[in-house]
Amino acid sequence: MDTSELFDGYGPVAGFDEMFEGTEVRPSYGQVHTSFETMGADEVRLRADSLASSYLEQGVTFGVEGEERPFPLDIAPRLIEADDWDHVEKGVRQRVLALEKFLADAYGPGELFADGVVPRDTVVTSPHYHRVVAGLEPANGVRVHVAGVDLIRDGNGDFRVLEDNVRVPSGVSYVMTNRRALSAALPEVFADHRIRPVSHYSQQLLAALRKAAPAGVSDPTVVVLTPGVFNSAYFEHTLLARTMGVELVEGRDLVCRSGRVMMRTTQGLEPVHVIYRRIDDEFLDPVQFRPDSALGVPGIINAARAGHVTIANAVGNGVADDKLLYTYVPDLIRYYLSEEPILRNVDTWRMGEADQREEVLDRLDELVLKPVDGSGGKGIVIGPAASKAELDELRGKILLDPRAWIAQPVISLSTVPTLVEDGIRPRHVDLRPFAVHDGDDVFVLPGGLTRVALPEGELIVNSSRGGGSKDTWVLARPSDPDDEGEIAPTASPVSGIAQSAGPALDTDAGEIHVQEQEQQQQQILSTDRPPSSSTGEEEPTC
Amino acid sequence: MLSRIAESLFWIGRYLERADDTARILDVQMQVLIEDPGMDERTSCEQLLSVMGVEGYTGNPNRWMMLDLLAHNPDSPVSIAAAIGAARESSRRARETLSTDIWAAINTTWRGLSTARAMRPPDMFNWVRNRTAMISGIADSTMSRDDGWHFYMLGRSIERVDMTARLLSTAALASGPQVAWPTTLRACGAYESFIRAYRGIEADRQAAEFLLLDRWFPRSIVSSLAEAERALGNLAASGQRSGFSDEAQRLLGRARTELEYRPLADIVFDLPVEMERLQRSCAAASDAVSARYFAESEVHTWRGGVMI
Repeated sequence: MDTSELFDGYGPVAGFDEMFEGTEVRPSYGQVHTSFETMGADEVRLRADSLASSYLEQGVTFGVEGEERPFPLDIAPRLIEADDWDHVEKGVRQRVLALEKFLADAYGPGELFADGVVPRDTVVTSPHYHRVVAGLEPANGVRVHVAGVDLIRDGNGDFRVLEDNVRVPSGVSYVMTNRRALSAALPEVFADHRIRPVSHYSQQLLAALRKAAPAGVSDPTVVVLTPGVFNSAYFEHTLLARTMGVELVEGRDLVCRSGRVMMRTTQGLEPVHVIYRRIDDEFLDPVQFRPDSALGVPGIINAARAGHVTIANAVGNGVADDKLLYTYVPDLIRYYLSEEPILRNVDTWRMGEADQREEVLDRLDELVLKPVDGSGGKGIVIGPAASKAELDELRGKILLDPRAWIAQPVISLSTVPTLVEDGIRPRHVDLRPFAVHDGDDVFVLPGGLTRVALPEGELIVNSSRGGGSKDTWVLARPSDPDDEGEIAPTASPVSGIAQSAGPALDTDAGEIHVQEQEQQQQQILSTDRPPSSSTGEEEPTC
Repeated sequence: MLSRIAESLFWIGRYLERADDTARILDVQMQVLIEDPGMDERTSCEQLLSVMGVEGYTGNPNRWMMLDLLAHNPDSPVSIAAAIGAARESSRRARETLSTDIWAAINTTWRGLSTARAMRPPDMFNWVRNRTAMISGIADSTMSRDDGWHFYMLGRSIERVDMTARLLSTAALASGPQVAWPTTLRACGAYESFIRAYRGIEADRQAAEFLLLDRWFPRSIVSSLAEAERALGNLAASGQRSGFSDEAQRLLGRARTELEYRPLADIVFDLPVEMERLQRSCAAASDAVSARYFAESEVHTWRGGVMI
């Protein structure tokens, strides 16, 4: 196969492509492009295949309707330059801090309502607003221990916020496994770049969880709470527990005794202090929420209220994920931090407001309509792709419950070269950076999960819709010191001690040959069997 | 450690050992069928299925049916396929406590099963033995000697006692013991050790003695019982509870001393019955371990928001 075939037929790209500007390769991608061209299509495919099989062997999977599927990882990395990343990092940090203040206020004094920043109704009518945790003060004031902020790059290449996830954002495990798999698949390309590491995420998370322990607990027991093996993110739960060195528990492993949470061990019940839960609020405590939930722990909310256990992320954070609230986040940043938003939202119309609704209803076939409490692309209607009947149905739903919908323009997501059937082609991507808040600082993991829509032209990049992922490289500046978490190779060579050897072996070839002949001779004489039986083959049964 | 995880590790040990030993038993049986002219296929297969606790099959048993029920069919609870599937599922549930290496080895084995099932039977058995040996090797060199390890070893040892007992029963049932014993020794990987230990003298009695009582050979019943007792001892020692009242330890210790202190002739006189007794002791010991260590993990049910 011709080496240049790989990128043939790549352009022209309609929107913003992260590798190509017109027909020119952007400088940051120069080495990656050259490496792929040099490798050639056959070699690239070979490596992509070995990448896929290594994922299958390791069981790097996600669940779809209870079935395990391998998590697709594309061989072409996505690069983010140092300056771009600074911008993203600052923007994500700012957003997390503003959302922390919002949550504290909304579940506490409610000053933002009094000051008219957000209507009280917008918050308290959210299905994710849980009055039961109003007034509950988290141990170190942190409610958003982990955040995953979904970003896209628009037609100009500007990063824009698509949504916030401060409940139970998932995907960080793939950031870690993608990095290891890709560095094994493309060692030479990897070595050509200075890439900021991601492997220390678990330690950052563990440190933040430990800092969130209830007052007076100096050596807290941290656990990860999973719904179980059928959950789509079960792989992630196991990886986080394993890399933090803590127990992965299910609801049935925990029990509340006099306002404390205990886990059932082979030595009896042992106390738990911090629960990194990966279960939605509604399933967490059958006493407070769904009485039929068998995933949760009865009494866990009371234990949190009594200050004996910290639940991370905090219960009730869902109000901040509500897409209607999303439209107010720029105002929240101005209100709580007195700063201008660093990352812009995508333009959004609120269907609860009559004039905006009128405008949108006239243009339904041009816009994207999203349910405010949906996640994972559920219920989204893309106007230009919808039939008249679908739009009529949508119109009815909006009129019936306007608060439940927002509208956004169709945004052409940026594209990144991706290996598909025909070679390397542009595919749409988004980005979910992960942030950890420990009460003093917000740590943003360099990079994040890039999800890629594998079907051509597809704009929704979810895993459940056949989406793949990319290893996302945040490039360090030449002047940057080595990142924390990376172990620098030792400069001085280690002086070795000679290895011990077994009994001396005769290495004189001639002599061995003579011995061999003699031994075979011996065998023929003594056993009357062909000499091949001395080679260790099993003899027939006597 | 969590009761649920302890239970998973115990069963990973049991299922992997079961897959390994079932492959060994089938290998013996297939060889005996081929090499022993006095063997009636139907009787022999019936006997093996009964020794393995399979009931309720329809039709006349033959080697293909036996291979299906004991090796290939994932719906047959005693098959190798089912054991590997169950080991993999238990591993998935204890994923965070297993090293990546050991998990990948188990997962790869499970994924390779369909290919292995297309192999000729001896090749498949060989594959199963090699894969399980590889997993044990990785476990041995990468698992910390904490409670998890002891539960894994406990499961493995109890299963080994149970399965070696079944293996000995099948050998005793073969029509020509001069075929069965050397093959049984080979199936246990014990032939060379046995020949060395007894200086080349082969006799049924010695072969039975070796597989039952040898303290140095790791697959013998007495060695495996001692290993299980050691694991239980380690588990009890790390806990706060005291005394020597552990039911599993009592059952296994009694089974071992009954073998060690009785004349060999008594034991081999009716080996299948003795071996069945041993299997019952294993089952009782396993239940006792569950009751003491895993009971906490039992699924509780909800009725109207009240725990029952």
